Amino acid sequence: MVKILKTSTIAATLLLGGQVLAAGSALDLHKANNDPDNKQSLQRGARNYMNHCSGCHSAQYVRFNSIARDLEIPEDQVIANLMFNAEKTFETITVNMPADDAARWFGRTPPDLSLMARAKGTDYVFSFLKGFYIDPDSPTGVDNLYLGGTSMPHALWELQGFQAAVFVEGEPNQEGLRPMVFERFEPVSSGSMSPEQFDEFVRDTVNFLEYISEPIRATRRVLGVWVLIFLGFFFIVASMLKKQIWKDVPK
Amino acid sequence: MARIESEIGKPQGGFMKWIDDRFPFTETMRYHATEYYASKNFNWWYIFGVLAMVVLVIQLVTGIFLTMNYKPSAEDAFASVEYIMRDVEWGWLIRYMHSTGASFFFIVVYLHMFRAMLYGSYKKPRELIWIIGMLIFFVLMAEAFAGYLLPWGNMSYWGAQVIISLFGAIPFVGEALVEIIRGDYSISDITLNRFFALHVIALPLALIALVFVHIVALHEVGSNNPDGVEIKEHKGPDGKPLDGIAFHPYHTSKDLVGIVVFMMVFSAVMFFSPDMGGYFLEHANFEPANLTATPEHIAPVWYFTPYYAILRAVPDKLWGAILMAGAVLLPLFLPWLDRSRVKSIRYRGWIYKVALGLFALSFIVLGWLGLQPAEGLYVQMARVCSVIYFLFFILMPYYTTIDKTKPVPDRVVYHG
Repeated sequence: MVKILKTSTIAATLLLGGQVLAAGSALDLHKANNDPDNKQSLQRGARNYMNHCSGCHSAQYVRFNSIARDLEIPEDQVIANLMFNAEKTFETITVNMPADDAARWFGRTPPDLSLMARAKGTDYVFSFLKGFYIDPDSPTGVDNLYLGGTSMPHALWELQGFQAAVFVEGEPNQEGLRPMVFERFEPVSSGSMSPEQFDEFVRDTVNFLEYISEPIRATRRVLGVWVLIFLGFFFIVASMLKKQIWKDVPK
Repeated sequence: MARIESEIGKPQGGFMKWIDDRFPFTETMRYHATEYYASKNFNWWYIFGVLAMVVLVIQLVTGIFLTMNYKPSAEDAFASVEYIMRDVEWGWLIRYMHSTGASFFFIVVYLHMFRAMLYGSYKKPRELIWIIGMLIFFVLMAEAFAGYLLPWGNMSYWGAQVIISLFGAIPFVGEALVEIIRGDYSISDITLNRFFALHVIALPLALIALVFVHIVALHEVGSNNPDGVEIKEHKGPDGKPLDGIAFHPYHTSKDLVGIVVFMMVFSAVMFFSPDMGGYFLEHANFEPANLTATPEHIAPVWYFTPYYAILRAVPDKLWGAILMAGAVLLPLFLPWLDRSRVKSIRYRGWIYKVALGLFALSFIVLGWLGLQPAEGLYVQMARVCSVIYFLFFILMPYYTTIDKTKPVPDRVVYHG
C-alpha cells in the first residue's frame, strides 16, 4: 500500500508537479465467486441492496422496470417490495438524503453504486463489505481494511456483528523497520447471521452490483454466440467465392 | 411495347454512358479496381491495409450514432455515455463497437506498418506512401487521444492531464502552450468541448483526406509484394503485369475472407470481453472524472504504452518528452535510413532479421512496461528496450550497408 502510494505520488508529482491523493490497497482480496447468471442470487441481491444500501447509496442509472425485466421479477412485486421512494417503475434508484447534508454528516457524499463493481471489481467490493473492524479513533467507530480511513460506517453490523483486526510485526523493510501487517479478524460480537450466511448475503449483493454495472452483459453474450455462428457460415461462403474466382488464375 | 419513334437510331449508351459523359465513373473504377494490378502472391500480411479501412468505416458510422446521444459537457458527458449503454436502443452495441474499434484500429495499423518493414514497402518508389501513412498514424494518435477524454471517466481526465502537461516541458513556451491546448488552467468543460470538436470533425476530416491520398499514391506506383519485386517491369503482350492480378474481383474476394475472419475476432472481443480485462476499457474509467482523486496507476490505453514507457524511462521530464516524440517521429525517416539494396526480408541477411526481431520485441516489451508501475527493475528494462528501439533506427544506415543480401529473383515466388 505504502509502496503504491509512494509510486503513484512520485509519478504524479513528477508528471504533474502537483499534490494529489492516491487511493488503493495491495492487500490480497477475497474471491467474490459470484455468478451473474444466477437469477435467484440476483433477486436476493436486489432485495439486499434496497433494504441495506439504497438508504444512502443511489444507483442513478438503474431503472426499476429494467431490474424487473432482467431479473424476472413481476412488476407489482418490484413496486411492493423494492420501490421505497419511487412512484413509477421507470424511475431510477435515488436517495432522499440531500447530497450536501450527506457530505456534512459522513465527510463525503456516499458514492453512486451503478458502476462500482465495474470500476473496482467484484472481489474488491466483496472484501470491502467484509472488511470493517473496530477502530475507536474513527468517528464511525470502525475502519476498513481495504479502504483505510473510509467514511462509511459499518452498515451491516446487525448482520455481521463487530470484529477486531489483529496486526503483527512484519518482515523488516528497506529502512530496517518492521511495519505492522494485518493477520486476521477476530469476532467481538456476533450478528444475526453466521459467517457463512453473511458471506452468502454479501455475495448476492455483490452479484447484484455486478449486474447493475453492466445490465446488458447477459444479452451481449447470447447475441455474441449467434453473431459468431453467422460469421462462421459467412466464412464458408466467402472462402468458396474466393476459390471459385481464383480457380483459373495460373501461378 | 412499341418504341418511341424519336429514339430509333440513337446510340444505345444507356445510363452508364450518361454518367460517364459527365463523371469519369467507369474510368475510375477501372483505374482503381478492375484494372489495378497487384501481385498474385500476397500473403495474409497484406490484409491489414484493407482491415484498417474496415475499422475506419466502423468508427465513422458508430461515431455518428454515438454523437446523436452523447453530450459534450463536463456535467453530462459521463451520464450520457451510461444513457447510451443502458437506455438507447442498441446503444451498448454501438458504443462497444466504437470502443473495441479504437483498440483494433491500432492493432491493424501496427501490423500494417510492420508488414511494410518486413517487405521494405517504404523503399523507393514508395517513400511518399510511407510518409503519408505516418501522417495518418500521427492523426490517428491525436484522434484516439481526443476521443479518450470524451467519456469523462477518471482515467480520461487524469490521462489527459498527464499527457497534456508534457507540453509544459518545452522551454519558455511550454506553460503557455499547455494553457492554449486546455483552454483553461486545468482540464475542464472547455477542454472537453474542444476535444469533442477535434474528435468528431477536424481530425476525422484530416484522416479521411490522408487515407484518400495514401491510396492515390499507392495506386500510382503500385503495391509492393512479399518478394519486393517490381511487377510492372515484366508485362505481358497485353500490357498487364505478368505477376499481377486485378484488384477486383480477385483481391477483393480474397480480402473478403480476411475481413470475415477479422470480424469474428472483433466480435469475440466485443461480445464476450469488451473491456478486455481492463486493457480496452480501463476500470478506473467507470468512475466519473474526479479532480481530487487520481487513479492508482495512471496508464494510457495499451496502444500508447510503448511510447509512455520510453517517456518514463528517462529521469528528466523534458528529455523524456523529447525521446518520446523522437520514438514516434523516427520511423518517418525509414526510407532514407535503410540503405539495403533489397526490399524484402526474404532476401536480406541475418543482421537485418535480428535487428527487426529485436525492434519488434522491444516495442512489445515497452508496451507491457508502460502498463506497469515505473519502479525498480521495470524502469531498468524500459531503458534497455528504449536503447534497442532507438539503435534500430540510428544504426540502420550502417548495418543495412554491411548486411549480406541474397540475389532477388526477377519474378515473384510462391511459397506453399
